[in-house]
Amino acid sequence: MAFAAFATTTAQADPAPRRRSRVAILLLLPGILYLVLFFLTPLVSLLITSFQAPAEFGDIGQYTYAFNWQNYVDVVTDYWPHIVRSFAFALAATVLALLFSYPLAYFIGVTARRWPLLQSLMLVLVIAPFFISFLLRTLAWKQLLSDESFVVTSLKAVSLLAPDAHLTGTPIAVIFGLTYNFIPFMTLPLYTTLERLDLRYLEAASDLYAHPFEVFRKVTIPLSMPGIVAGTLLTFIPAAGDYVNASRDFLGGPDSQMIGNVIEANFLVLLNYPAAAALSIILMSVILVIVGIYVKRAGTEELL
Amino acid sequence: MKISLGRWLLPVYSALALLFLMVPIAYTFVFSFNDSLKSNITWRGFTFDKWLNVCAVQNGAVCEAFGNSLVIGSVATVLATVMGTMIAIAIVRYRFRFRSATSLLLFLPMATPEVVLGAGLAAQFLSLGVAKDMTTIILAHTMFCISFVVVTVKARVASLDPALEEAGRDLYGSSTQVFLRVTLPLLVPGILAAALLSFALSFDDFIITNFNSGAVTTFPKYIYISAARGIPAEANVIASAVFIFALVVVVTAQVSSAARAKRLARQG
Repeated sequence: MAFAAFATTTAQADPAPRRRSRVAILLLLPGILYLVLFFLTPLVSLLITSFQAPAEFGDIGQYTYAFNWQNYVDVVTDYWPHIVRSFAFALAATVLALLFSYPLAYFIGVTARRWPLLQSLMLVLVIAPFFISFLLRTLAWKQLLSDESFVVTSLKAVSLLAPDAHLTGTPIAVIFGLTYNFIPFMTLPLYTTLERLDLRYLEAASDLYAHPFEVFRKVTIPLSMPGIVAGTLLTFIPAAGDYVNASRDFLGGPDSQMIGNVIEANFLVLLNYPAAAALSIILMSVILVIVGIYVKRAGTEELL
Repeated sequence: MKISLGRWLLPVYSALALLFLMVPIAYTFVFSFNDSLKSNITWRGFTFDKWLNVCAVQNGAVCEAFGNSLVIGSVATVLATVMGTMIAIAIVRYRFRFRSATSLLLFLPMATPEVVLGAGLAAQFLSLGVAKDMTTIILAHTMFCISFVVVTVKARVASLDPALEEAGRDLYGSSTQVFLRVTLPLLVPGILAAALLSFALSFDDFIITNFNSGAVTTFPKYIYISAARGIPAEANVIASAVFIFALVVVVTAQVSSAARAKRLARQG
């Protein structure tokens, strides 16, 4: 899996003689040009759009080129709760997904090593959610967490939920949905590092009379750090930008809307392109800072 | 072993965790057999009808959306797989300038939230006055698939034994011959895996599609639009059928690669 590749830490030894660079340029050109045209320039368009001002005497949705800093001030004043909420929800989902995935990945990668068939079967089950529509899965949870559902009635029966409370439409449901949907992105990179974990280090630690908990904290966790870093990034980034889980028709409600929801509404419904663009730039900048810290740790060659 | 976290705790937890991951899949599958009317929320009895007449509902709107998704997924997969494979070969096999810039350019699309990718492309199409249709969706999907193809194929290129290609050259094969008859066939499993991944990513993409689709409906977009008034059971049928198909493909691939590994091990 592609995600697994994030977890690679060992620097590759220079394989095969590297040859003429003219062939390399021909091989690189189409793809790189494509990414420049359809990835890089759109980001520039987004930046330009984020400074646009409404056209004078224009209709809704018509804007002229300007250097309107005010757009950023406006979106932050209007939408700061959404911005804060997005990162808070994404952080919560990332932590929950890590807690959920670590023992599972440990079992598949370490305990199940003796049974390769069980290992690959379990991995298929981890990625199985990818084979069924992301939106239908989320809608299934909406029904399973609805007011008449078994989950809600049982929670109410044992008084864990107030009699008039709901799950759907609350931040809890949105965080739950984000966690569920991005669990495989956490489990896979964790599995790849744990699968290569050299058990002799753990034996050495326990031979030196370390308590199992100490072994886990001081040996296992540090050795699986590459997987933890990759998994956290792969969960946090899509979770912060997601707007399906938080959408009102899915698991969200009025006070659980995220930055993605307001970008969608501004761009596609209100046709307020500059506001949508400014919000996107803010989201992208925060993510870039996080990725930048990661790049500094790992180096660009290790990214792919 | 001392290091195990309790003999039973971990296996039981793992089984429950996997079961938890399956819950919404099972739900979707079960409700594809629901004898529902417009919306598919309460259980009204078992029927095979929805499986037999998938396209009957709403003048075939579900099937049309599904067909669009198949076309978009196929075209985007071919484009992304060709360009991505070329990049992967270049990165592993050749020396060139701007290496780290290239790596960064390939990594960034994977690290950018989909909503930003979608809004950015839509802003570009808007400023160029391009009308949004099937082509713009394909252009968008190809873009985000390329990096995933590079990552997948790159691993395969890196694990290739250079001795095999040297043998080809020693037997007086020209570089084109060696590439076509030695390198490419050895890369096929990696390329296939990359193509499958691209297709899956494209087929299930909603966020980027929503920004760049105009009036065209894909399968995920159909579900998003219908979510407010209720999803017909036919959507569950299509999703379940795709799920079963994907599962069969993956399990077959796993089993056959395990069998090949066993055979190779026996031959020593």
